[in-house]
Amino acid sequence: MNDMTPIASEIMTSENGKPFKLSRRGFLGASLGALVLGVTLPTGRARAQAAASVTPGTRVAAFLEIRPDSTVLFRSAFIEGGQGIFTAMAQIVGEELDVDPANFVVEGAPPGPDYLLTGGGRFTGGSMSVRMSYDAMRKLGASARHMLLRAAAARLSVPVAELSTEPGRVVHSASGRAIPYGEIADAAAGLPLPTEVVLRDRADFRWIGKPVKRLDVRDKSTGKAQYTIDLKVDGMLFAAVQHSPLLGGEPGVLQNEAEVRGMPGVHSIHRLPGAVAAVANSWWRARMAVEALQVTWTEAAGTAHAMPADFSTEAHMAKLKATTGDGLAFETEGDAQSALASAARVVEATYDAPYLAHGQLEPPSALARWNDDGSLELWIPNQAPEMFQAEAAKLAGIAPGKVIIHSPMLGGFFGRHFLYQTANPFPQAIQLAKAVDRPVKLIWSREEEFLRDTLRPMAAVRFRAGLDASGMPVALSAVAVGEGPTGRWFGRQPDKVDGSAVEGIAGKVYAIPNRRIGQIHVDDPAIIGFWRSVGHSMNDFFYETFFDEMADAGQQDPYELRHRLLADSPRHRTLLETVAELSGGWRRGPFTAEDGTRRARGVAMASPFGSEVATIAEVSLQQGEIIVHDVWVAIDPGSIVNPAIIDAQVNSAVALGLSSALLEEVVYVDGVPQARNFDGYSILTPDRMPRVHVRIVESGAPMGGIGEPGLPGVPPAIANAVSVLAGKRVRSLPLSKLDLKGVDG
Amino acid sequence: MELTINGTKHQVDIEPETPLLWVLRDELGMTGTRYGCGLAQCGACTVIVDGQATRSCVTPVESVAGSEIMTIEAITEDSVGQKVVEAWVSNQVPQCGYCQSGQVMAATALLKQSPQPTDEDIAAAMVNLCRCGTYNAIAAAVRQAAQA
Repeated sequence: MNDMTPIASEIMTSENGKPFKLSRRGFLGASLGALVLGVTLPTGRARAQAAASVTPGTRVAAFLEIRPDSTVLFRSAFIEGGQGIFTAMAQIVGEELDVDPANFVVEGAPPGPDYLLTGGGRFTGGSMSVRMSYDAMRKLGASARHMLLRAAAARLSVPVAELSTEPGRVVHSASGRAIPYGEIADAAAGLPLPTEVVLRDRADFRWIGKPVKRLDVRDKSTGKAQYTIDLKVDGMLFAAVQHSPLLGGEPGVLQNEAEVRGMPGVHSIHRLPGAVAAVANSWWRARMAVEALQVTWTEAAGTAHAMPADFSTEAHMAKLKATTGDGLAFETEGDAQSALASAARVVEATYDAPYLAHGQLEPPSALARWNDDGSLELWIPNQAPEMFQAEAAKLAGIAPGKVIIHSPMLGGFFGRHFLYQTANPFPQAIQLAKAVDRPVKLIWSREEEFLRDTLRPMAAVRFRAGLDASGMPVALSAVAVGEGPTGRWFGRQPDKVDGSAVEGIAGKVYAIPNRRIGQIHVDDPAIIGFWRSVGHSMNDFFYETFFDEMADAGQQDPYELRHRLLADSPRHRTLLETVAELSGGWRRGPFTAEDGTRRARGVAMASPFGSEVATIAEVSLQQGEIIVHDVWVAIDPGSIVNPAIIDAQVNSAVALGLSSALLEEVVYVDGVPQARNFDGYSILTPDRMPRVHVRIVESGAPMGGIGEPGLPGVPPAIANAVSVLAGKRVRSLPLSKLDLKGVDG
Repeated sequence: MELTINGTKHQVDIEPETPLLWVLRDELGMTGTRYGCGLAQCGACTVIVDGQATRSCVTPVESVAGSEIMTIEAITEDSVGQKVVEAWVSNQVPQCGYCQSGQVMAATALLKQSPQPTDEDIAAAMVNLCRCGTYNAIAAAVRQAAQA
């Protein structure tokens, strides 16, 4: 499954293994720029370069500035939001450039053609960053090193062949001379890009594949890291908003406007599409003012996805479950219908999962400044700078080249920072900055965020499995009902299934000879979006828990059945065996642990974002509460860049997967979400965090993703274990809805 | 009103009920203390007031006039804080990092009060939310800082 990656489907196969020819045009760009420019942001230059035809990821000057002290400023095509991408970029580029990653300073690149590394576009998401750019970034580092070698050769009047590099410097061993990179960076910048480069042998890697320390950890441990919400520019005012409770409402009468204008620090009150805003000299004053406004909301005609006043999640789920039929086929193998008809036994079940909120801890914000030259400068949390630039230009009525985008560190990623229109504060910030003729930093309160966040879609899936007389599955049919986020945001073709609605039900690896995975599209009334691991976040739960149901019906152990159905798939079978071994050997339970609690284990597999994952969870029930003690994860991303970051990302994915499985559910009644803060929307607390054990398997398969793949196996592994202890199947999330009193161990 | 923050006195002219968080961030430009929920649910805004971990988003500024307020900006000037930071770096705790100022402040307050905390003490004190789920790394870092 390629998940949320319609813009990036082709890139993986484009350059692997082929000699790398660099455009000669790149040479002009490089010579106009410089390898040494101090710390000036080259926004203007990047825009000027846009006119030329550019091969993304090739022009050294667009990415690298080697400073006089031989440290490297690197502009990353990918945005850092905790997934460790800045460090990974420094490792990959540093390996070939021959600079210790610790000597890199990495920042998010401005919009520009050089950075379109995700299938001709640019997008941080879909666990794509490293696997999409790995080859290009290695070659970029190698190109820069080659230019430095030639500059050194000229300086020392020796042939390039006599030179080598050590981290941060060129060495002429015959004469014992060495030149730090910083001293020749300027001269190197004037040289053409090499047409071919030789990459370092994998066996000689110093930093790729090693647990290199993250570059941002000290700043993040001392409060020095800056997020959009922390930024300040001269003359800036602060803004807060109150949205229409129902999406689609417009502000009518503001009954106490005059009174609110007189509140302390208030600069002005504004009407915006679907919201009112207060601008003040501090955010707290702006918030106090805007929340004091008594607004009459009127219904506006023609708002896309206007929220019906009678919408409820309960009624929508009932509608999904009541929608019958087989839908459009997405994946078929053999003849599922006939095989089901002739099966010795048929197992049927319907599964469902709720809406989820992102709950990233940095509330959304946007800082907008209109400059004297007519340009618009935006500091915005985002995962697609060019898309935000184009949208901002449209809203502002200026050319995209007049919009300067800064992409600060993100205070939580999770899919929240895509271009979601009604869920992005920057359109409001642009309008407010124009209206007050001053820079404006707009922050949404947590309550406004819960009102306008995009949601992981809800869905229901109907499964039917056919077993033969020995209990082996011979047929499986699944029909997913709902809407996928990829179709919502990239355009849905009515005659095709949106892959994001079925990924994790389709694309499974078990050898069941007759299969049909279908989907019925039902418009989702809410604003749905991408949420860490997208469709996999629920679909692997549906499939892998139904798998255990199927195993139980056929009187098979769920681990052994998986193992048998992977007989012809050595990569997956190895992974399954690896996670079993990591957990001390498979045992389902129930069994009594050393502390006397009655426990069980569940297993699940998933194939998300190009990686393969096997997960086992150990669970007990205490006073009606589900306690998850240990989670073991074996992950095979093919090959890796940083095992420590992978371990951290798997820990993080386990936490979020567990949080969603146990606790999370966005509930709408009468068109509005019932929870508006973390007091009503529970997320995982420290006391519920299990031990997490990670084993990385490098099978050598094409490189897969890391940020998301650890998640999808967690909910089903837990639910499968809970089912053993509770003595009943779990078919709906979150598990907090289960009544488990009286089944304690 | 006069506030003592990180050993320095600041004069602020502000509505007395304003939360300390917004005085720090918007009046004094100390943005290392973070807004997450505004309801004392998440702890991203944790500072230390007279030795106690305190959620500044629900702390009226007038209630801390005359108190010793310590924020993340001074963390490495404090001997316990410095140990905590080194343990955070050593354990590579942060991911997105947004909650980590509050986590570091909560850990520092704990170790100032209980230099040798038990696992139960750590569990009781380290209750701030982290959406990246760095909880195991946080607990390991607190244990390491206690031994440093």
